[in-house]
Amino acid sequence: MADKADKGAIIQVAGLTKSYGEVLAVDNISFQVNRGELFGFLGPNGAGKTTTINVLTGLARLGSGAIQISGIDCTRNPKAAQHLVGIVPDESNLYPELNGFENLCFCAALYGMPKNERQARARELLDTFGLTDAANRKFAGYSKGMKRKLTFAAGIIHQPPILFLDEPTTGIDVASARQVRQIIADLHRKGTTVFLTTHYIEEAERLCERVAFIVNGRIVRTDRIADLLQPVQGKNVLILSVSDSGGNLSEEATRCFPQYQLQFTPGQMRVESEETVSIGPLIRFLEERAVQVSEARRRHPSLEDVFVQVTGIEAGLMRKEKEKAAGGGNQ
Amino acid sequence: MKRWIAFWAIMGKDMRLYYLKPPNISWGIIFPLAWTGMFFIKSGSGLESVLALLPGVMTISILFGTTSILAVTITFERRSRSFERLLLAPISLELLMLAKTTGAILFGVINAFVPIVIAAFMADLSGIAWSLVIPAIILIGIVSTYLGLFIAVSVSEVFEAQTFSNFFRFPMIFLCGLFFPIMALPVFIRPLSYILPITYGVDILHGAVSNQNIMPLSLDFLILGAFCAVLFVLSLHNIKRRWIL
Repeated sequence: MADKADKGAIIQVAGLTKSYGEVLAVDNISFQVNRGELFGFLGPNGAGKTTTINVLTGLARLGSGAIQISGIDCTRNPKAAQHLVGIVPDESNLYPELNGFENLCFCAALYGMPKNERQARARELLDTFGLTDAANRKFAGYSKGMKRKLTFAAGIIHQPPILFLDEPTTGIDVASARQVRQIIADLHRKGTTVFLTTHYIEEAERLCERVAFIVNGRIVRTDRIADLLQPVQGKNVLILSVSDSGGNLSEEATRCFPQYQLQFTPGQMRVESEETVSIGPLIRFLEERAVQVSEARRRHPSLEDVFVQVTGIEAGLMRKEKEKAAGGGNQ
Repeated sequence: MKRWIAFWAIMGKDMRLYYLKPPNISWGIIFPLAWTGMFFIKSGSGLESVLALLPGVMTISILFGTTSILAVTITFERRSRSFERLLLAPISLELLMLAKTTGAILFGVINAFVPIVIAAFMADLSGIAWSLVIPAIILIGIVSTYLGLFIAVSVSEVFEAQTFSNFFRFPMIFLCGLFFPIMALPVFIRPLSYILPITYGVDILHGAVSNQNIMPLSLDFLILGAFCAVLFVLSLHNIKRRWIL
């Protein structure tokens, strides 16, 4: 790694490897995040996303490799850049016995903010996150969404130039998730560098400029969203909601419609083609075989399609698995 | 300056959240007084034994007050992940652990004065060498706290912290000369007394209260100071090894 950070790069990671005993959590990954960029880190449960954040922020020891944050070599001293970094962990970790205002003031004090400054900043953030009315309520009595928002506020209390967000919208209600996404976009607009891990691919597509796909501890692809989408942009995708899994029809359908790429999942048939998809013959084919079609909708190819293509992981299953682990929530 | 803001914030938060809670009052004050009462009644002596019992009661108050709370709260904060927030703060691990332990040390020192105040109503304390008592109390507070820290970083669960603390604390009551003179112990047990840090603190207190120390006071201070340093360094080493994986 060069002595000085590359022009524009604020986080530089080279050959990061991390094991927990026999388990290789992150395997020789390299990437860089540019100053002011919103960088997404996408992958299923256990892919190595949180481990990567933990190593970058000093919560886990680096196995091998090199890390530079804002030009500071953190390879040997992970605490060296902690003053530049804010972290919103995947689970709320504030003090249940303190109220919202006290929690924020305490977190601000950890970064050395004087009393007046931290109280003003805490009030400002409580207002931004719509938590002013709950400021004097103990954190233990907050709802899941409120806890998440206060944890987010605590992560940015010291206005860090670099922000690590670990699954910031997982397990929270739709309104809170929207608000959190809006705040992420605002922070990014104001110049904060954001490193976002998420399993919500549409969230990454909406927010990020560049993403890395991580699977089994390895980065399988890193690119700009626009560049990732480019190869699938011209494709036509049609989703048919069907009464049958269509598993037994798969072979016959592929034979009858060789111009299409067909994919059957329970209750759904996905048709992908370079040309326009003619819906009539498809519906006739299905109905003649006693399969009812209840809905047909055209879909624009998305990052999810690219993710599935690159990683071979079904994005829907990944989302369900994560939501189950987070105890519900929706987007 | 910024680092000291963080230091005071951590210490103040711990004092507020943990040290003035019912478990501390029972472990740090009521429990030592109950033990003392037991020894007092068992000895059958009158108020003249108050001065002889005072060093033991002060020490046991500090020991139980500091170890019970520190071992449990640090383990609890680890479990609830709020300790991670402290680890992410831009302060050194040394300063962070000093902040975490200073509150416990202060609490231990305050605990030591509870029996002193009670004893003041029962006996004449004018002969006590306070210039020795105060540094001894502080050093016993530090060494007990670091013992609690050492226990906290060696376990993962709150109940383990309590069990492990008792494994250290209860033998100390009998082995460190708190209520039974070390010289009255069987010869083969005495080496155990000398590897326990509290022995040296109690010896200073015996010297200060009734001039009955068995070792030179300068040696007591030196060994107690060394125990403080070793326990702190060992605890930091364990934190780095066990918590920052």
